[in-house]
Amino acid sequence: MADNGDEEYRIQQGDYVVLKRGDIFKAVQIVPKKKIIFEKQWFFLDNAVGNLYSTTFEISSGGILQPQKLKETGNPSDLKEAGTDNRNIVDDGKSQKLTRDDIETLKEQGLKGQEIIQQLIENSSTFRDKTEYAQDKYIKKKKKKYENTVTILKPSCRILAMMYHGREPGKICHLRYDTLAQMLTLANIHAHSKVLVFETCAGLVLGSIMERMGGYGSVIQMYPGGGPVRAGVESFGFPAHFHDTLHEFPICHVNALLAGELDTTAKDPTAEEKLNLAADEEQIQPEAEQQGSPEEQNMETNAAQDQEKIEKEKRREAKAQERKVKLEEKRKKLAAAAALLEGRNADGLVIASRFHPCPVLMTLLKFLAPSRPFVVYSQYKETLIECYTKLKEQGGTVNLRLSDTWLRHYQVLPNRTHPVLLMSGGGGYLLSGTTVAMDQSKPAASQRSEEPAPKRQKDYHRPDREHC
Amino acid sequence: MSFVEYSDCIQDGDVAIVYLSHNSVMPVKVQQGAQTQTRYGVIRHSTDLIGQPYGSKVTCSKGGWVYVLHPTPELWTVALPHRTQILYTTDIATITMMLELKPGSIVCESGTGSGSLSHAILRTIAPTGHLHTVEFHQQRAEKVQEEFAEHRVDHLVTVRNQDVCKDGFGVTGVADAIFLDIPSPWEAVGHAKAAMKRQAGGRLCSFSPCIEQVQRTCQALVDQGFEEINTLEVLLRIHDVRTVSLPLPDFGPDCRSDGVEETSPNYAAVSLKTTTPPREIPGHTGYLTFATKPRT
Repeated sequence: MADNGDEEYRIQQGDYVVLKRGDIFKAVQIVPKKKIIFEKQWFFLDNAVGNLYSTTFEISSGGILQPQKLKETGNPSDLKEAGTDNRNIVDDGKSQKLTRDDIETLKEQGLKGQEIIQQLIENSSTFRDKTEYAQDKYIKKKKKKYENTVTILKPSCRILAMMYHGREPGKICHLRYDTLAQMLTLANIHAHSKVLVFETCAGLVLGSIMERMGGYGSVIQMYPGGGPVRAGVESFGFPAHFHDTLHEFPICHVNALLAGELDTTAKDPTAEEKLNLAADEEQIQPEAEQQGSPEEQNMETNAAQDQEKIEKEKRREAKAQERKVKLEEKRKKLAAAAALLEGRNADGLVIASRFHPCPVLMTLLKFLAPSRPFVVYSQYKETLIECYTKLKEQGGTVNLRLSDTWLRHYQVLPNRTHPVLLMSGGGGYLLSGTTVAMDQSKPAASQRSEEPAPKRQKDYHRPDREHC
Repeated sequence: MSFVEYSDCIQDGDVAIVYLSHNSVMPVKVQQGAQTQTRYGVIRHSTDLIGQPYGSKVTCSKGGWVYVLHPTPELWTVALPHRTQILYTTDIATITMMLELKPGSIVCESGTGSGSLSHAILRTIAPTGHLHTVEFHQQRAEKVQEEFAEHRVDHLVTVRNQDVCKDGFGVTGVADAIFLDIPSPWEAVGHAKAAMKRQAGGRLCSFSPCIEQVQRTCQALVDQGFEEINTLEVLLRIHDVRTVSLPLPDFGPDCRSDGVEETSPNYAAVSLKTTTPPREIPGHTGYLTFATKPRT
């Protein structure tokens, strides 16, 4: 099937993509003639259209992207001249003969990254004294600095989660990408389920959940304030029909819904009309004043004045009609979301926000069916300890677990394999569990304490990998 | 019931998970007329299970109770009978996201082992994806095929009893993602590349307990032209919530300079809600190496 079925792998106008260089990512949209700034370079994405995703481009002068030719084989240092150790290498900052200006000149002459690096090596007095490994490291460092390439990727949860964590962790409550991975699995997110989400992570969590549901089932975003924040969802570039599965429900109506007192039926149309007319009147008043300069009025004929009146009336009606339609749509959406929630049979609950998770969890749990998972993320352990305690008191949940994950990257090179020097200090905490049928008659003391006894001889002999 | 779709009530033929306590779950094949022994007594399937909603509390013959839960891959991982060492949820979750698995993904996996990861993959790629899983041990291959059928996911998976290093995955040019958990993954990298779709962006993961294996695998990936090669490890840390009582020391009555004696505080301890780590934690499962396939 040659290149025929390749369309979904090709970059199109209007696509949401992710730019990548090394470990730096940036989400952008392909818009014609728009100047993009990424990693201290600016360029246009126009040339990218039609190319395959994951193509690496070189940024040539003028900000034009050119697909990179096949990987240039062979390091510049095929010299094979190298030292054995650094005992005689003095770091006086004078080993590089090229000055910053020299390098700028080279850049202006249009030298490619690879060529600049070659120049730097030739003008370094200590390069040939370095060990092979040190030379390797030197070249890698220069490559990072001087190569002006950018790769264009198709967005995915993995890429966007790494991007947000690297660029704007504050926007996502410092949720590290592996913690997000745990959440998606622990909550058993899959196609054809009904998931409730409460998040203030710019829509990253919501988008990730939608990706894992593949457009099947439904996602209901519970949101605080005026409207749901979903900027991050756009970056995923989902096909239009995915948005049919996405609903939203304002939390200010949750209590009413739980009490069975939320009225989502169509309101009295005349009452609304009156309100809208009043609003219109206020708007039109200043307009009328502007037009009311006497000299001009006298110039117009009466017929023209009548014509204007009719036009005004039409505009007012059109506006009112528009508003009616919008309000009706809003009401319909609210009713649809309420209908999905009312049955209290959601399949999963995911919470990740800057709000104190305890009240959010205790309230939204009510919408879950029994034997369904829930996951709560918090930047801070203490809030989850509170949630855990309240859940234990209330009952109705099992398998409660407060956890976090430890993530470490490795450099793997022959004779140079070791963990990477810097490591993430923390990625947030998770509380996960499963709902069960609520005990109607709760005995005073639960049958078994979930807290393991302080002394357990058994643990000493436990050879298994993981306690669960 | 199926492992890829929820249902509300327990039915004859379902596989349910009986939750006895924290750290104790067991799978149960629900059958009309059958019984299951637990430490809290007997569970009679016909009366206690069939027709009851998932999540119900079941009182056993000795008077103790358990909960019956709808199966999920996560519960299965903890409950399944081990034929081999398995992957646990922490690694599985990381693999799932880093391989970019989602509904419709075509995935190749070897070795199948006890099927812990397989179930998680199936859950994620359903209803339109497919898993091609290779296991060179005949009995294990047969057993896992049986389980897939019992769990009503067999339409999403093909089990092949062969050696992936010699014969590959049995498909070419289709996979969005490859997972390797075998003793010599470097021998399978070429086959993995062949099984993957031609376009760039396919993801590969190799799981190895030993760093030497990782080094050889990374070299093979470089040789085969893979990009974005990345090795990491992820460990789970559990925090046990506890109320602890810390006694306060008695330094004697507080004597102020003006000679007025203050009596020592009359409470002897402070109660604190905190978390403690378990005595021992799994410090290593394996290294996860990820890579992206370029266009071929």
